[in-house]
Amino acid sequence: MLKYCLKRIMRACISLVIVIAVVFCLLRLMPIDSYFPNLDDMTEIQLYNAKEKLGLNDPVPVQLGNFYQQLLRGDLGLSNKYRVDYPITKILAKKAPVSIKFGLMAMGISLPLGLLLGVLMARNRNGILDRVGTGYVVLMQAVPAAVYYLMVQIYGSDWTGLNILYKTGVPSSIILPVVSLALPSIAWYAMWLRRYMVDEENKDYIRMARAKGVPQRAIGFNHVFRNAIVPLIHGIPSSLLLTISGSIYVESLYSIPGMGGLLVEVIKMQDNSMVQALVIVYAALGIIGLLMGDILMAVVDPRISLTKKEGAR
Amino acid sequence: MEKKAILSIQDLNIKFNLRGQLLHAIRGVSLDLLDGECLAIVGESGSGKSVLVKSCMGLLDKNGFIDSGSIVYNGMELTANKKEKEWEKIRGGQIAMVMQDPMTSLNPLKSIGWQIGESLKYHQDLTGEAAKNKVMEMLTDVGIDDPKRRYSQYPHEFSGGMRQRVAIAIALACNPRILVCDEPTTALDVTIQAQILDLVRGLQKKYHLTTIYITHDLGVVANVADRVAVMYAGDIVEIGGCKEIFFDPKHPYTWALLSSLPQIAAAGTKLYSIHGTPPNLFMPVRGDAFAPRNPYALDIDFLHRPPYFEVSPTHKARTWLLDPRAPKIDPPEAIREIKNLKAFGGDWGEE
Repeated sequence: MLKYCLKRIMRACISLVIVIAVVFCLLRLMPIDSYFPNLDDMTEIQLYNAKEKLGLNDPVPVQLGNFYQQLLRGDLGLSNKYRVDYPITKILAKKAPVSIKFGLMAMGISLPLGLLLGVLMARNRNGILDRVGTGYVVLMQAVPAAVYYLMVQIYGSDWTGLNILYKTGVPSSIILPVVSLALPSIAWYAMWLRRYMVDEENKDYIRMARAKGVPQRAIGFNHVFRNAIVPLIHGIPSSLLLTISGSIYVESLYSIPGMGGLLVEVIKMQDNSMVQALVIVYAALGIIGLLMGDILMAVVDPRISLTKKEGAR
Repeated sequence: MEKKAILSIQDLNIKFNLRGQLLHAIRGVSLDLLDGECLAIVGESGSGKSVLVKSCMGLLDKNGFIDSGSIVYNGMELTANKKEKEWEKIRGGQIAMVMQDPMTSLNPLKSIGWQIGESLKYHQDLTGEAAKNKVMEMLTDVGIDDPKRRYSQYPHEFSGGMRQRVAIAIALACNPRILVCDEPTTALDVTIQAQILDLVRGLQKKYHLTTIYITHDLGVVANVADRVAVMYAGDIVEIGGCKEIFFDPKHPYTWALLSSLPQIAAAGTKLYSIHGTPPNLFMPVRGDAFAPRNPYALDIDFLHRPPYFEVSPTHKARTWLLDPRAPKIDPPEAIREIKNLKAFGGDWGEE
């Protein structure tokens, strides 16, 4: 188990190092002209000095080395344009908590509700509840998010009198955005849990459990649900961590000052060091999410820690 | 040596509802399972062997139902069971089952000990330390070494034969009276098969079990069974002592089944196979279900269903050939030769 975890962590670290190198090198290809508002008036020497200040005159490998050192110190660099010469970590520290708050709340609602709906649908296969649930899942999957996000915002605020926009310090104004975020996740959890539970119900060991006289309810929980939840568990840390990145659409609809849309904004501004920092943060979150998923899987599935060879995920 | 019946099936009819059509899977079967015996039910795929046994445990698929007839276990009318709760007491506690494929019949995420002990709390009210001790005892009984270590291991750490031993331990954990083995050795390799059969035979003595083997492996039947029931198209066409069925079969279907054994074919000749296909059970079967495939069929076979003719007090067969008015037809040469074959490796000695 320990060996398995260490191996996974090593692998995650290697992936991260490679991702950072790739991102860093790619962004060195971007134009930097817009860093200097008065570029046309600058002399060669002025330009050289300005670049020197940014450390851009060294060969790329040296720059990369410096960047790694900088990252190890927990420093993501300074913003070029978004807020000139302001530390990126401070920008993120201000915006990320807002997104995390919304993401966590949405997940806190959608996970239990989604699992509950999934269980009910599976237990009630081809019954009314299953059909209604399937209808809901299909609706969430087929209709563009923009449509029902707007519906929630417009009708939600209309009928309940809740704030149409997010306002710091007004707790009730978080309800609509959280509901918007939760709706598709509920459908996602319900869909997969139902599917895995139906799969499990037809397994031989369920028949075996029935044959040994275990009550239906106990089979449902100890065998069907317990086994069906395993493949879902793998994805939970990832979705949790990705809430940090925020939802572009919901955050702009309710004017929430979160991380959503930040990446697009800084790309448009050609703020290269911000782009670089954000991409690396997202990549790191993704990798950590997968790593935690793998480790959680090993905890819940006894077969994993012993299998030497596994397909790459 | 009159034994009393522990399970008595009377004129049982089971039907399945398949896309609006009714499939008559079991057509009026009557069978007495005697206390302490080992009964083998043989027949080709789809002849209703499993369905018959599953109906005694309330394990029919949702679209299957008992149309008429009765199943009496120990004075209880099982067909009157409406609720799952009533069946749960029978299953595992009274009638237990070992399934065909040990690779899939254990839950991969639960430890062996947990799975053996799972039903103890429902049938025997055993929990905690007492349950654990019982599980250890079962593991030792089915021949698994080092039960302490094995208790907390998972199915993937066991080989196929070991898993089947675990499955047997699960089945026997709650001291059932009847053990159903649904093709218990089909998924195992030959050397392991013999071990498992020996194990079940040993446990049968130890726990005074009545066992039912469902199989299409006649080699297994010769090895373990006291009595054999031959099923065809949802009906028992012949039933008798093991020797009677192998050495003195009366029904043409039994002849055909025995003739298709590779062991009795002469070297260099083609293996025997039964022509045609089993009847379509969506349609009502007229006369003897086997008649269309039966080279010895009489005219009456196509018109009227034969009753059971008694060959001996323990042996009866459903074929018009046994009617006093029927022409005398000898079984095929190969069948008469079986007596001289040692190929079954069976123990034909005592009894």
